Amino acid sequence: MDHLLIPLLNGTLVAATPLIFAAIGELITERSGVMNLGIEGMMLIGAATAFGVALHGQPAFIAAIVAMLAAALMASLFALLALGLAVNQYAAGLALTILGSGLSAVIGRQFGASSVTSIAKLHIPVLSDLPLIGQVLFSQDPMVYMALGLALLAWWFLNRTRAGLVLRAVGEAPHSARAIGYPVIRIRYSATVFGGAMAGLAGAYLSLVYTPLWVDDMTAGRGWIAQALVVFATWKPGRVVLGAWLFGGVTVAQLFAQTFGLHVPTQFMSALPYVATIVVLVAISRNPRTLRLNTPLSLAQPFRPDH
Amino acid sequence: MTRLYLERRAVPSRIMGLIAPALALLAMILCAIPMLELAGLAPLATLRVFFLQPLATGNGISEWLLKANPLVLIGLGLTVGYRANVWNIGAEGMYTVGAICAAWVALHFAAGVHHWVLAAMMLAGILGGMAWAAIPAFLKTRLNTSEILVTLMLTYVAQLLLSWLVNGPMQDPQGLNYPQTALFSDSATFSPLIAGMRVNASIFITLGAVVLAWLLLDRSFLGFQLKVSGAAPAAARYAGYAQARLTWVSLLISGATAGLAGMFEAAGPLGQLSPVISPGYGFAAIIVAFIGRLRPLGVLCGGLLLSLLYLGGEAAQMSMNVPAALSRSFQGLLLFCLLATDVLVDFRIRVRT
Repeated sequence: MDHLLIPLLNGTLVAATPLIFAAIGELITERSGVMNLGIEGMMLIGAATAFGVALHGQPAFIAAIVAMLAAALMASLFALLALGLAVNQYAAGLALTILGSGLSAVIGRQFGASSVTSIAKLHIPVLSDLPLIGQVLFSQDPMVYMALGLALLAWWFLNRTRAGLVLRAVGEAPHSARAIGYPVIRIRYSATVFGGAMAGLAGAYLSLVYTPLWVDDMTAGRGWIAQALVVFATWKPGRVVLGAWLFGGVTVAQLFAQTFGLHVPTQFMSALPYVATIVVLVAISRNPRTLRLNTPLSLAQPFRPDH
Repeated sequence: MTRLYLERRAVPSRIMGLIAPALALLAMILCAIPMLELAGLAPLATLRVFFLQPLATGNGISEWLLKANPLVLIGLGLTVGYRANVWNIGAEGMYTVGAICAAWVALHFAAGVHHWVLAAMMLAGILGGMAWAAIPAFLKTRLNTSEILVTLMLTYVAQLLLSWLVNGPMQDPQGLNYPQTALFSDSATFSPLIAGMRVNASIFITLGAVVLAWLLLDRSFLGFQLKVSGAAPAAARYAGYAQARLTWVSLLISGATAGLAGMFEAAGPLGQLSPVISPGYGFAAIIVAFIGRLRPLGVLCGGLLLSLLYLGGEAAQMSMNVPAALSRSFQGLLLFCLLATDVLVDFRIRVRT
């Protein structure tokens, strides 16, 4: 049993990690009232730049930082349009995704089929050697724990700090927030750039740890799944983690089913995460009150301060 | 301190509406120059290959129209939805399902000569695209689910469905196990308008669709309702327009045009199905709709422009070994620039001292 259960649980935690990074980033962005549909593109840019830096022999944490910076730069491009010029946020986000997908493929064409060494798994004496618990809970790579820490931090920030309260106020009632003196655009800008950096980190995790290879459009819709996770989580960080585990589980389970020769066409199994996304979206959206109570009130609405 | 700021115009500027897309193209080219420089390419030579070389020959013009065809058709359908604030971003999936349904008809009537096969395929393509669009429409209107995410997720599902079909049930039995269907018979493919070139009569159907879209959007009550519900949802509710009906109409129309575009491609340049049947037409059409500023005639121009970018990408790839993805970067950049210049339609730039 253990020989199946342990890889299954490990795989779930690993597959959930990029989703947590990207979704928590987007959650903070959306809580400030900005809808950035460009996660997929920013993740791709993060994945490509991280892989390039790692290929040049830099350590993984430098690669991850460069990925975060590159994706944050992309996010600020989006912010310039969506916040500075108050254009339609959906359209600007889509432009970001298309640009990111193209640009990352241009960057990635020099990588060929080369691979980088993945980030090592932790080994904590005694703890990591515990049966089952040790192999699952104490033997992951550091970024798995960082993702969980990030979710915790996001929860603490939103619910326990003054800055978090201000961010939420900007997302719920930008005009009131501005009236009492908060710089709405600047706060939204920061939240958007943070979301971009986290998407970049998610991309870096994919190309440095998850595959470790570069393939064009390697995110395969994970940016969009992260987008759906935020809705599924009703904009709450804790639920993002639960949702990411759920999706990680589905992803890994279908991979296992394929290797164990289940007689279902592989394409059907590969479609599972996408179908699951639709199913959970329906489940959470079915009750209009759940969404209305939790959606940031000014989400995706352009804000133009009066002069 | 002098500061630039935007001042809302009393009425949107008509002239700006016309020149904004041209300004965007210019801005995109200006942004592209440093990008090309960074990629180690001579900017001017590359731009010439991108924008001029493809149109230098008759065959080039034929390919230009051929590629513009699906872009314009899908862009028209998306325009209907975007006017009503219905965000179908999964036209690629509807296109794929349309092509699959059309191919099923083509392969079913492969033997013998039938004059109605093409018509039946068009119908199948339209119905297939509409069926795929009905899923997000149902989920949106009945279960309140975001059409943005559902249409996109269904694109991945449609592509996997296609991959399964060409590897299994629809695979060519005589095809040496290649993942593709048999070639369609002559009566199931469009014959070229001019011998030796690939452009075919389906472009006239697309031109007809431009006119139809104009009539629908600018000359009908339904078009008015779509516009109002997009621009002022509260007013639309107050006027008693059925939002659910408008969502259904928007999605079904965009599904129909995308499905028909899939059929055009399958029965036109492709002549069979393989795992990849589109270089991202469904996504590029989003840009087409915006470049056309959500007007049918504008979409026609936008489709021609994006088609040129595709051709330019191919030409640059062949003659300069430039990655094909460069044209996708240009597409994204173009949409960015367009959104920025579009601001000038409703606003003017003022200087405050």
